Amino acid sequence: MMIVKVGIAGTLESSDIMIRVYPGGNGLQIEVESLVYRQFGKHITKLIETTARELGVENAIIEARDFGALDCTICARLETALKRAGKEAAV
Amino acid sequence: MRRTMLFLPGNSPNMIANGSFLGADSIILDLEDAVSPDNKDAARNLVKSALKHLTFGTCEVIVRINSLDTPYWEIDLEEVVPYHPDVIMPTKVSDCLTIELLVEKLDTLEQKCGLEIGSVKLLPLIETALGLEHAYSIASSSKRIVGLLLGAEDLTADLRCERTKEGREIEYARGRLVNAARAAGVEPYDCPFTAIADPEGLAVDTMLAKSLGFSGKAVINPRHVSRVNEIFSPTTGEIEYAKNVFAAIEEAGKLGKGAISLNGKMIDAPIVQRAKLVLEAARALEGVNT
Amino acid sequence: MKKMISSLREVIAATGLSDGMCISFHHHLRGGDYVLNMVMDEIAAAGIKDLTVNASSLFDCHLPLVSHIKSGVVTGLETNYVSAAIGKELSAGVLKQPVIFRSHGLRASDIVTGRSVIDVAFIAAPTSDPMGNCTGKIGPSACGSLGYAYADAEYAKKTVIITDNLVSYPLQMRSIQEINVDYVAVVDSIGDPQGIVSGTTKMPKDPIALRIAEYAAKAIESSGLLRDGFSFQTGAGGASLAVAGFLKEIMLKKGIKGSFALGGITGYLVDMMEQGCFQSLQDVQCFDLKAVDSICRNPNHIEISAAQYASPTAKSTAANSLDVVVLGATQIDKNFNVNVHTDSSGYLMGGSGGHTDVAACAKLTIIVAPLSRARTSIVVDKVKCVSTPGESIDLLVTEYGITVNPLRTDLLEVLAQSKLPIVSIQQLLTTSVALNGIPEETNEREARVIGEVYNRDNRMIDVIYQIL
Repeated sequence: MMIVKVGIAGTLESSDIMIRVYPGGNGLQIEVESLVYRQFGKHITKLIETTARELGVENAIIEARDFGALDCTICARLETALKRAGKEAAV
Repeated sequence: MRRTMLFLPGNSPNMIANGSFLGADSIILDLEDAVSPDNKDAARNLVKSALKHLTFGTCEVIVRINSLDTPYWEIDLEEVVPYHPDVIMPTKVSDCLTIELLVEKLDTLEQKCGLEIGSVKLLPLIETALGLEHAYSIASSSKRIVGLLLGAEDLTADLRCERTKEGREIEYARGRLVNAARAAGVEPYDCPFTAIADPEGLAVDTMLAKSLGFSGKAVINPRHVSRVNEIFSPTTGEIEYAKNVFAAIEEAGKLGKGAISLNGKMIDAPIVQRAKLVLEAARALEGVNT
Repeated sequence: MKKMISSLREVIAATGLSDGMCISFHHHLRGGDYVLNMVMDEIAAAGIKDLTVNASSLFDCHLPLVSHIKSGVVTGLETNYVSAAIGKELSAGVLKQPVIFRSHGLRASDIVTGRSVIDVAFIAAPTSDPMGNCTGKIGPSACGSLGYAYADAEYAKKTVIITDNLVSYPLQMRSIQEINVDYVAVVDSIGDPQGIVSGTTKMPKDPIALRIAEYAAKAIESSGLLRDGFSFQTGAGGASLAVAGFLKEIMLKKGIKGSFALGGITGYLVDMMEQGCFQSLQDVQCFDLKAVDSICRNPNHIEISAAQYASPTAKSTAANSLDVVVLGATQIDKNFNVNVHTDSSGYLMGGSGGHTDVAACAKLTIIVAPLSRARTSIVVDKVKCVSTPGESIDLLVTEYGITVNPLRTDLLEVLAQSKLPIVSIQQLLTTSVALNGIPEETNEREARVIGEVYNRDNRMIDVIYQIL
């Protein structure tokens, strides 16, 4: 999937994660800010990378502000943000 | 048992993660009215992800999809069905054609995902005048259908009357829905009580629903769950009586008696039937927390 | 005989306070306190340094204390609780020697027995007469009970009363007696009423907190302790407060007449007493306006000192007669040890308060908490700090149900017969890991000790490490 515009998903509420996706040509650049960075920072970064690749995204700038979201929420918000930033119109 | 079906907004991670701890027999992950149009995709992805990664204990998981007159319903099903929700709740179901379309889509998806054909059930929301007219044929139109839920807010809009706490304007609809469901052999479920801070009103409304023959009630507020569960659960008195009925039948059988009486009252078929249902409910609730 | 001194500066000089001494403060003015900061500023201005501060608790409003630590005015700290902002500074290592953490009961006991020597006690009093008979129950900055100040007043070498409401002699409604008071100073204001007592404590709306509370109330009912003569203590908010709500329903329905409620008293407990659920309230601290009002009017609402509350060396205390206490925690481990000093990363943000005391004394000690909040699990393999030892904890109640300490085989039997869901601590641990994932380990063992936690028997139960 090609990232062609800005895509944002998620909220700043507890247990949610706000993800912004921007077009970028230099592979996957992932930046994570998290309430639980000490405990899960590395894991969250890896999860975002893996999930993005699974969705066919190889180039993008991804910024995440995490408020203790579980993996299932991170995956969902990332998928939403990526598709919103992708070529096809999101339904 | 579906004494309570709790609505949870589909775009709220916290609510979905905590949903199965609120004591309801079923949770309804809502992709429809609780989600704004610009977040339909976000909610769908969250519900799909939740079904994939989370467990819901003994709670049944229902997903309310967008109605067939929107562009969303097909993707809702395509994304969500592979992760096997127990039930799909289609909205504004007015005729059997809607059910046909849904069943066709579900057949295809289950086939594709290697799920048992027919394993995803349907619980249509009857919330239009036409839907109420066709309630019986809708209820009988597919083996997937497990029940009908009355949607009073939209229905009263369609009927062009005001929705009130007393509910006189939905008396007919309630009676008709119960009748249609029972005639088709499926369960009728009552609409939610919408006032937040009125426990007496909730109790009155729920007891009315029970007395009309509903099997359970949809709920929009977690604080309503306990009381509604309580009202739809057989009481210890009812269970005792039901046990006595069967004891009396057994006793009479041993003595070769034809006519059976308990506490001076003749036990006829309807009493036996009611007793049977009470004991079945009691058994289903063993080990389930209120 | 004149005790009245016109300024704080003069009163400090009059006490003979000098380098290396120990001074004390109570925390009844909570987040609205002005006194500690005012006194410390004057002490610093007078050039006095190297003091130890023994404050029963510290709140965010006391953050200026950190600058006095940095400048050397304060080099030692002894307390029972620190709020998060103060805790963060202490965790960073601002104090050179470890903070001494006690429980409320132990603090009072150590003062009474002489283990803690207080040179000057600075006691903020909402109303005082010129001889130092004073109270917290009335005045523009009324705070209700002055329970944590009693031991200080009686045993400190010098006792200073600081008030913003001087009345004529003799003050009839007195908590602290003139026989213990050296000086009385009047200031414009001792605190901000908004910060002293919040309006009313409100029941939580969070459905998970309510569910947990309902389980806890049913567990109390099944335990057999909920009968006439029942005594109870619970916290001021969240699930703890909600338990009181559910118990009230049960007690009113069954006509149960309890004996007393204890602790930090909220308006909710006052309501329960007024509706007949309890005969009396034993109050060591008032949490809201309703409690302050009640302690003034109602002879059944009794003020007790910290020693009467929970001193481990007293002949007996209110805590010894307590049936059930409901408490919170930041962490609990597989041996039921509870952490109330630090968060899951090890940052100081609390303290025992009365936790360790009542947990040890009550017949049934219940911790209420959600299993996990924002990906942080309450149940862990090993707590960052043992505040209250596992043998004091009987039940943990989460949204998953009731978890019974295996030491309490009697409770296991009784609860197995109720219809409540029972889960083991191991199951909770497994579930939380499955839900959240395994957190990366942080190792701070190389860092120095910045806090020492003492148990009721005066033995050190754990240490708190600096976070770099």
